Amino acid sequence: MRLDVAIRRRLDDPQRPFALDVAFRSDAGRLVLFGPSGAGKSLTLRAIAGLLRPDAGHVTVAGRTLFDDVRGVDVPARDRQVGFVFQDYALFPHLTVAQNVAFGLKAGLRQPSRRRVPEAARQWLDAFEIGHLAGRYPSQLSGGQRQRVALARALAPEPRLLLLDEPFAALDTALRARLRDSLVALQERLGLQMVVITHDPADVEALARQVLHLRDGRVQDEPGAR
Amino acid sequence: MRPEIWQPLLLSLKVALWATGINLVLGVAVAYGLSRWRSRFNATVDAVLTLPLVLPPTVLGYYLLVLLGRRGVIGGWLDHLGLNPVFTWQGAVIAATLAAFPLVHKAARAAFEGVDPQLEDAGRVLGLKPFAVFVRVSLPLAMRGIVAGALLAFARALGEFGATLMIAGNLPGRTQTLSVAIYSAIEAGDDAGANLLVGVASVTCVVVLLVAGRLTRERTPRRAA
Repeated sequence: MRLDVAIRRRLDDPQRPFALDVAFRSDAGRLVLFGPSGAGKSLTLRAIAGLLRPDAGHVTVAGRTLFDDVRGVDVPARDRQVGFVFQDYALFPHLTVAQNVAFGLKAGLRQPSRRRVPEAARQWLDAFEIGHLAGRYPSQLSGGQRQRVALARALAPEPRLLLLDEPFAALDTALRARLRDSLVALQERLGLQMVVITHDPADVEALARQVLHLRDGRVQDEPGAR
Repeated sequence: MRPEIWQPLLLSLKVALWATGINLVLGVAVAYGLSRWRSRFNATVDAVLTLPLVLPPTVLGYYLLVLLGRRGVIGGWLDHLGLNPVFTWQGAVIAATLAAFPLVHKAARAAFEGVDPQLEDAGRVLGLKPFAVFVRVSLPLAMRGIVAGALLAFARALGEFGATLMIAGNLPGRTQTLSVAIYSAIEAGDDAGANLLVGVASVTCVVVLLVAGRLTRERTPRRAA
């Protein structure tokens, strides 16, 4: 079992109290969490990445326990080896494309060099055909280019799982169709497990090996593949 | 130039530089801490930290005397160590630091709150420890606001009068800063000296404001769309 998630978390927002209670297991290379906004998709993703602490439950990725309240395990986000592509890509605006891609390769206090691009970052720049943009800043890129930089940045530290939060929401329709195909191709080439969240049925159609429907903080149907 | 002109100017610059340096560390640390701290005491703490901006400087000076004087809470303890900041240039630094603190703090606070939390999350999932996230993500994105605040604080520290006079006094060559020297010159009927000092003070402040304005106006930090 590559991904095993069972988490509960209450959010005591007086305006909108919310209880997240999801459990699923998946071997699928591309798992899609599908549901309307406010269903708890993003919270689930954040809990897997270690950006949100569940009240109870467990998270296991590729045989490694990242969170388990009973055993007192809570691996910090920085040590989880989980890649994250944020909804608006969250590229660092003060850094060049090359620096963004190299950002996760060294964890110290020093920013990646503007001039000398490490080999691992260079490979990903080439793989996504963004080598010619290495010296540009995120504000100078198109939506599709930003998405490729975000993917390259998330993949460079060689994560064991890649989480994508609405990766196509910021793009126009024509581009969406093309980038869906290239995401499928990428996943099949790398053999890396991906979890994609979306509210767009077309994403489910094009991407999903397994789909989970989320509503009001719960998984609606039983996971098919075991 | 006459020593009664450049001595107060140099002293004021020294005091203002120290006060700005201390506030850069202190103001930025407190601002970052408070911008990440959600509590119902937040508003109260914020009000207390902004107090030096609205309190009459003489009231500030009085508090400092009560605290730092020989019989004060901190002053008595310092006295045991053989230190007494009253009537020293270090006392003037303390007064200027306190008076200028809210300017750095407010600017840094606004700058940190303007940093998209998702960028800090991105830093965390990419393997960075909290301090590295601060150094590589939050601080550079907030830098322009912090520098603008620091320049205003520098100008404020340079002009500090009330609290400085009360805690550091008016000792020519030792604690007589630019503003205090202007007051002394006028009191003594030295109009020429006062004019010169006023000119020096005005030019210095205009330069600081021009630089601050340039820094805040120039391309605001790039944001990811």
